[in-house]
Amino acid sequence: MCGIVGLYLKNPKLQPKLGEMFKPMIIEMTNRGPDSAGVAIYRNPVKKNQTKFSLAHDDASYNWKTVDTGIEKALKCDATIKQIGNHCILVTTAKEDAVVAWLKKHHPGVRVVGSGHTIEIFKETGLPENVYSKFDLSKAKGTHIIGHTRMATESAVTTAGSHPFATGADLCLVHNGSLSNHNRLRENLKREGMEFQTENDTEVAAAYMTWKLRNGSTLKGALEDGLKDLDGFYTFLVGTADGFAVVRDPIACKHAVMAETDDWVAMATEYRAIAHLPGADDAKIWEPEPTTIYTWGGNV
Amino acid sequence: MNELDLKAMGITAINQKLYKLPKDTNERHWVIKNPMGQHSIACGLDAALQVDIKGHVGFYCGGMNKHAEITIHGHAGVGTAENMMSGVVWVKGNSSESAGATGNGGLLVIEGDASSRCGISMKGIDIVVGGNVGHMSAFMAQRGNLVVCGDAGEALGDSIYEARLYVRGKADNLGSDCIEKDMRSEHLEDLAKLLERAKLKHKPESFRRYGSARKLYNFNVDHADAY
Repeated sequence: MCGIVGLYLKNPKLQPKLGEMFKPMIIEMTNRGPDSAGVAIYRNPVKKNQTKFSLAHDDASYNWKTVDTGIEKALKCDATIKQIGNHCILVTTAKEDAVVAWLKKHHPGVRVVGSGHTIEIFKETGLPENVYSKFDLSKAKGTHIIGHTRMATESAVTTAGSHPFATGADLCLVHNGSLSNHNRLRENLKREGMEFQTENDTEVAAAYMTWKLRNGSTLKGALEDGLKDLDGFYTFLVGTADGFAVVRDPIACKHAVMAETDDWVAMATEYRAIAHLPGADDAKIWEPEPTTIYTWGGNV
Repeated sequence: MNELDLKAMGITAINQKLYKLPKDTNERHWVIKNPMGQHSIACGLDAALQVDIKGHVGFYCGGMNKHAEITIHGHAGVGTAENMMSGVVWVKGNSSESAGATGNGGLLVIEGDASSRCGISMKGIDIVVGGNVGHMSAFMAQRGNLVVCGDAGEALGDSIYEARLYVRGKADNLGSDCIEKDMRSEHLEDLAKLLERAKLKHKPESFRRYGSARKLYNFNVDHADAY
């Protein structure tokens, strides 16, 4: 099972309503994935010399206050934090690698769940409705958003095993399906220096994409190579800085439906998630074809 | 005409209402409002009703239908009219995968494109698609007719038994044991009737016929390479 939802606004006037429009979409997918939920929202771009990190800690009462001052002092940079639920958005002028290394040393329980200029990732175990309100997303403004409701089949129900998984700057991946060669692939990627937090199959797909992108591949190239190297059933939804991409395996038995109007593009596992959007009745609706990479917004 | 609001009543109440109507009822025309992509709308009907669904539907709409004429005024989700016995299911928009799966009888018309596995394991249903069908359509099809006015995707008619497939556009990639066959006069007559029922104006002569080479469904050691 699992449910995937994505909403990309073509009409900028709708941006203040992004969180409100997306809420019924992800909640409608609750019975496809009641174990955990997550979203990647693209909003509030930071300055060119800054990086925005989405950080998470399993302890909701974790004291984040020493994080920004600690980074400022240790890395001689500017840093601000904003706590949202048990996540924290860190904006800093420090180099990404240095921040990750510093966090690992001084805050070992903190996980970096996403980074870039616009992306913010929030994910947690529990019903999608509860997760959505925990991170105060109903009133969120932004350009686009993707989400996932998880029914765990491959690995444990944990926050770390929830989607979306980050795959690089402003990139993330959500997945419906299961991969059959993830154990072998994980070992291969470990040899390439990739690190893993879970036994989750999607994390392997995300690490694979990250590894491809780090080695100079375009997102489209990474997705095309993935069609050869990832064995299993999948519908992937990839969030990018400017929009999103959709790709399905050659058999394409993991459901997916797309809809487009003049105002928005939406993708979901089932149409009922999209039915809540204004203008859905008159939208162009179709099922994405297998091994075809669909993209919206910007170059992939 | 009777109107049912799915948002207000819920799917179970609507399906029970339609199912429990006497077969000789005079209340034959029913309109379902606000389908909201919900699943299993108008499933298991067993009377000669006319049901108009005003919007896009989810999975399995019109499944197991007997006698009723169901029109979906929008997109149809996965498994539309699956295991239909008789009657008509008519989709005004596109359809997701596995339309008409395991259908035993009746007519399924999809005005737009059907996705993958259209007519999978069909057992006597007639399916007419105005546009294209996706990969593995008519997989293990046993009986009935699949008419495709556009192109057919990969592996058309894979492991087919006795169904007849008519394609107007391209069918470049046939599945295992599926071959092109001669279009004889009886096929042209059958096809003309199906196109007329689907209100399509294409000439039957513009289609090509595909069916089973009959090499797979009885084991034959001479064909071992093909298994």
